Amino acid sequence: MAGVLSHALALDPLYSHGVHWVELLVVVVKVVVAFSALILSVMLMVWFERKLVSDMQARIGPNRAGPWGMMQTLADGIKLFFKEDLLPDRSDRFVFKLAAYLSIVPAFLAFAIVPVGGLVTIAGHTFELQVADPPIGILFLLAMSSVSVYGVMLAGWSSGSKYPLLGSVRASAQMISYEAALGMSVIVVILLTATTTNIVGSLSTRAIVNSQSHTFFASWNLIRTGIVPFVLFLVAITAELQRPPFDLAEADTEIVGGFNTEYSSIRFGMFFMAEFMNVITMSAVIVTLFFGGPDGPTAHVFVLSWLIPVLWFLGKTFVFLFLYVWIRAALPRLRYDQLMNLGWKVLIPASLAWALVVAAAIVGRWWFVGVIAGLVLGGALLARSLFVGTTRGDLIGSSTSGPFGVRGPR
Amino acid sequence: MNLRDDVRGRLSFLGGFKVTLRQMTRPRVTAQYPLEKKPKPIRLHGRHVLNRYEDGMEKCIGCELCAGVCPADCIYVRGADNPRDEPVSPGERYGYVYEINYLRCIHCDMCVEACPTEAITESKLFEFSFTNRADAVYTRDELLVDDEGRPRQLPWEDWREGDDLHTSAWMRATSPSGDASYEGRVQWSGELGYGVRAPEGGQSGRRDDEATGIREIRDVYQLHLDDADRPPDAQGYRGASNRARAKVALRRGAIAHRRGKR
Repeated sequence: MAGVLSHALALDPLYSHGVHWVELLVVVVKVVVAFSALILSVMLMVWFERKLVSDMQARIGPNRAGPWGMMQTLADGIKLFFKEDLLPDRSDRFVFKLAAYLSIVPAFLAFAIVPVGGLVTIAGHTFELQVADPPIGILFLLAMSSVSVYGVMLAGWSSGSKYPLLGSVRASAQMISYEAALGMSVIVVILLTATTTNIVGSLSTRAIVNSQSHTFFASWNLIRTGIVPFVLFLVAITAELQRPPFDLAEADTEIVGGFNTEYSSIRFGMFFMAEFMNVITMSAVIVTLFFGGPDGPTAHVFVLSWLIPVLWFLGKTFVFLFLYVWIRAALPRLRYDQLMNLGWKVLIPASLAWALVVAAAIVGRWWFVGVIAGLVLGGALLARSLFVGTTRGDLIGSSTSGPFGVRGPR
Repeated sequence: MNLRDDVRGRLSFLGGFKVTLRQMTRPRVTAQYPLEKKPKPIRLHGRHVLNRYEDGMEKCIGCELCAGVCPADCIYVRGADNPRDEPVSPGERYGYVYEINYLRCIHCDMCVEACPTEAITESKLFEFSFTNRADAVYTRDELLVDDEGRPRQLPWEDWREGDDLHTSAWMRATSPSGDASYEGRVQWSGELGYGVRAPEGGQSGRRDDEATGIREIRDVYQLHLDDADRPPDAQGYRGASNRARAKVALRRGAIAHRRGKR
C-alpha cells in the first residue's frame, strides 16, 4: 500500500528530481487557504463559545455586531488593533515581544499536519488536502505544543510582574506534566498504525488516518486502542490547552489574568487567538488520531465527491469544539494540587500501563498475559503503599491506641 | 462510606453537564436592556418626590426628620414659618429649602419611613444619569410634584409611559402599617392627582401583579428553580400545565391588547 500511495501522490520527500513550479504553487495555495480558513474559524469559534456559554447560563450573549453577533470577534479584533500597546517598564522588552509570537506561530504551524480531506485531482495534478505530510507528522505536533509552552513561560517571566510570573510558573509545570501522558497516549496510536499497515512505524498523520479507514467507526483508533487512550488524550490535551477546568495559568479569580496580565492591545489579541486556534487544532488532532479524520461513508456527487470527507472532518471537529465549550460551562476550576495529582498519579500511570499492555499484545500472547499480571501485581502493591497513612482518621476514632495513646501527641 | 457512594461522589461533577444543557432549553433571564425594559417591582426605591395635598398645599412641614435619619447624609432641609397671607403648607412651618444629593443617596427609603406627613416618597425612577455634579443635587423645585400631582420630568430622566402613575404613596418596609391585620386598609392621606390611593397587595396573594406586570418575570425565574424549590402549585406536571395555561392566557391578553390599541 505504501508504494501505491507514494506513487499516487508522487511522493518524493527529498525532491531528487527537482521542484516543479506547480508543486510550489500547490503548496502556496494550500498555505494561504489553510491560514485564512484558520483565522476565519478562530473568529467564529470565539463567537460560538461566547454564544453557547451564554445559552448555558440563561443569558443572551453577543448579538449586536452582525447577524446573531457573529461579527463580535471582528469588532473586538479591530478594537484591540487600535488600542495603546503598552510595554511594562520593568519588562524584558525583546522577550516580551517575542513571547506573543512564540505563542501564535506554533498554533498556526500545528494545524499544517492535520489531514482535512482525501485526495484531490485538479488538471492532472493530484494532491492531498493537507498542508504538509511530513514523515515525522505527530512528533511535529508534540514539538509545536512544547514550543508554545515557551511562549506562555516567557510571557510571564518577561513581564517583570508577579502575577504573570505565577501564571507562567503554573503553566509550565502543568504543561510539562501533562505532556508525558499526552505522548504516551499518542504512542498507542502509533503502535497500532505501525502494525496494521505496511508503512512500518509511521508517524505520518496521513498514514494514521489511512490505517483507520477500513470500516466506519469500528476501525477507528477510538475502538482499536480501547477508548482509554482517547480519554487520557482528551484530558491531557485540555490541560495542554489551558482550557477550563485546567485554566490555572490564567485563573482570573486568583492571579488577575495570569501570564498575559501585562499584555495589551493586539499583543494580547495574539495570545487570545493562539488559545482558540489551539482549541481548533487540537479538536482536529483528536479527530485525526482517534476518529478516522475525514473517514466516513461517501457518495459520488458529480465533481464534488472530494467535499464529503471534508464535511465529515468538519462535522467531527465541530463535535469536539462543542464539547470544549460545554466542559468550560460545566466544570469548576481544579485546585493546583488536584491538577498535579490528576496528572502524575492518574494520567501518567494509566497511559504508561495502557501503552505497555497494547505493546505486549502486539508482540505476543504470553507477553500480553505477563504484562497484565505484572501490572496488576505492581498496581496492588502501589495501592497498598498509597493507603498507608490515609487510614489514620479511623484509628483516632477507634479504641485502638497508637504510639501516643488514643488522641495522639499534644 | 461504601464504595458506591464514594464513586458517585467522585463523579458528581458530571452533574454540571446536565445542568448546563438544561439551561439551554429554558427562557433567558436577561433582557435587551435599553430596548426592552422589565416591569419594576411595586416597592422599587427610585428618585424621590415631594407630595402635595389634594388642595395643592405642600405636605412638608420642614421638621428635618428625614435629614436626621438619612444614613448617607444626602438630605438638606431648612424649615421656615409659613407666610400669613399665603401659606405653603397647612401647618405652622414649611420646608423652604429641600435638597437631595443623588451622588450620596443610597435609596434606603428611611426618609420615607421617618416622614410624619408622608411628604417625601420614592418614585420608581432609577434611570436618571446626570452628567455634572450640579445636576446631582435635586432642589425643592425639582422634587415637588406639579399642579396635577405628577412628578416633574427633568431632561436627563428616562420616564417611561405609566411610570408616573406609581410615583408616590407611602409604603412600609414589611406589610401595610407593619401589621398584617391591616392588610387591605387604606393607610395614607389623600394627595394631589391621586386622591386616596388603593392599598397595596400586602403579604398574601399577588394582587399587585396586575398593576406591575411582574408576574412574567417571576414565572421565568421560577422555571430556573429546581422543582422542589418551586411553590407547591408550580411543581411537577400540574405546575407545567398551569404554566402552559398561563402562557396561553397571556398570549390572548396580548393579542386583545394589540387589537384594542388599533
